[in-house]
Amino acid sequence: MRINPRFADKLVKIALNGQAFFTVWILVAIVAVICVKGLPYVNLEFIFSSPVDMGRHGGIFSTIIGTVLLVILSIFVATPLGVGTAIFLTEYTKESVFTKIIRFGVESLAGIPSILYGLFGFIFFVIKLRMGWSLLAGVFTITIMILPTIIRTSEEAIKAVPRNLRIVSYSLSATKWETVTKVVLPSAAPGILTGIMLSIGRAVGETAAVIFTMGSSLRLPTSLMESGRTMAVHFYILAREGISMQKAYATALVLVLSILFINIIAYYIMNRVVSKYS
Amino acid sequence: MIKKAFTKEHFVRGVLTAFALSSLLFLFLIFIFILIEGVPLFHKIGLKNIILGFKWAPTKGSFGIFPMIVSSFLVTFGALVIGAPLGLSCAIYLSEYSGKRLKLFLKPALELLAGIPSVVYGFLGVIYIVPIVRNYFGGPGFSLLATSIILGVMILPTVISISFDALVSVPKTYREGSFAMGATKWQTIYKVIIPSASSGILASFILGMGRAIGETMAVIMVAGNALRIPTSILDPLRTLTSNIALELAYATGDHRLGLFSTGVVLLIIIMTLNYIANFAIKRRVIK
Repeated sequence: MRINPRFADKLVKIALNGQAFFTVWILVAIVAVICVKGLPYVNLEFIFSSPVDMGRHGGIFSTIIGTVLLVILSIFVATPLGVGTAIFLTEYTKESVFTKIIRFGVESLAGIPSILYGLFGFIFFVIKLRMGWSLLAGVFTITIMILPTIIRTSEEAIKAVPRNLRIVSYSLSATKWETVTKVVLPSAAPGILTGIMLSIGRAVGETAAVIFTMGSSLRLPTSLMESGRTMAVHFYILAREGISMQKAYATALVLVLSILFINIIAYYIMNRVVSKYS
Repeated sequence: MIKKAFTKEHFVRGVLTAFALSSLLFLFLIFIFILIEGVPLFHKIGLKNIILGFKWAPTKGSFGIFPMIVSSFLVTFGALVIGAPLGLSCAIYLSEYSGKRLKLFLKPALELLAGIPSVVYGFLGVIYIVPIVRNYFGGPGFSLLATSIILGVMILPTVISISFDALVSVPKTYREGSFAMGATKWQTIYKVIIPSASSGILASFILGMGRAIGETMAVIMVAGNALRIPTSILDPLRTLTSNIALELAYATGDHRLGLFSTGVVLLIIIMTLNYIANFAIKRRVIK
């Protein structure tokens, strides 16, 4: 029996509609469950007091500080490296074997899963360079992990800057570096910022690469050589060791909302850039 | 004066070149250090005894990771069975059916799925998926099935965004030609658009596989981590990634080296997948 093509067409449309909304429903359900279960336990005290008794009581303040320190320091190292690489690839060279090799390196880094970053950070920074489980080892590992994102988004942003702007700058006898810093980078800034925000989102949610390099000490790190615990690692330990379901849900809520907030800002900046150039 | 500006440009160029080379240096260091730690055990125990060995008892000198290699591929395949059709459908819906305003809302919403940390997926898997599997299908709940469902959802953003790009880049004239022949929308999609976008769609599946096989924390939480080859989809299992993450914190001596050997195998599998995916994407661009 042959199905009428017009009937099949309608059927497919309904099915695809259903699947698309099912997928959106998954996202909404995840966020809703975390909110409903976590909200009763989140209050100012939870956010501003540190974990007591392995996290059974108290809040998550030290893990918030641990997360913020790790993320800010990593961005601080990765941004100049990443944006510099993007400037080099777009402004300072022509396409050649050399740029192909660098792009291959960046793409390969982007494909490496976080557990292998953890494995590498553990053997190289923690053991061979004798940093121990420390904030510094975590920062270096996360820096390498987020570098590809920053490079790729910065490259896209720099490429989108209209050629005319550069020509005008050169015709005013600006040097290459002056053109880059005073013309290209300011126009590309929102795009670069999007990449940075996406990297922050990734670093905040990372567990496997952090737990083996920064460790999971609950004390507030007071120097770069001390271990600390991020929110994601804290949540993992709470959930996996069954320490406290209430605290786990509450931590998940703070974690997920911060990441969603960061990513929404990133997309907002990106959309503004897209509408500006198109 | 002119000379000074000239040297500054040279300095800048030098620094930027060094920055660009840093990515290569990092990649090199990652490979070298995982290989240095992981390869010696292949000599000592024997490649065959590790890759094809069935028994993992690192404190007793057995380093067989064959069940974990099989398990890693099983969960990846399971993730693909669940995530690929759903992801491709969403991509088709987004590129061919949804209105402009809906797309503006749907696309970022789907991409936000990618931002949710893997520990959260794992946690929700333990709370919701594992009990459902245990109560309705039997077994311990921590299983190949539960892991596949979680990973299937986790690879959705990758599959959707890359196949969406492939579908959108099919020239408009193809669609118009097909409609002009009297084809319905679905006939056009099925017979014209999907075949033209096939290499990009394939790339999205392979990159999704790469994401699934490299996923760690979510898998540890829902897979049950048993050290044998699962005989049904309801059996617990342990993947290469979980093996590393479960034992790295306390392993010493040969045990630790065994985890790096696991890492070497994982690295090789991932690199191969990424290479194939990049090849598929590049071929599309050339075409």
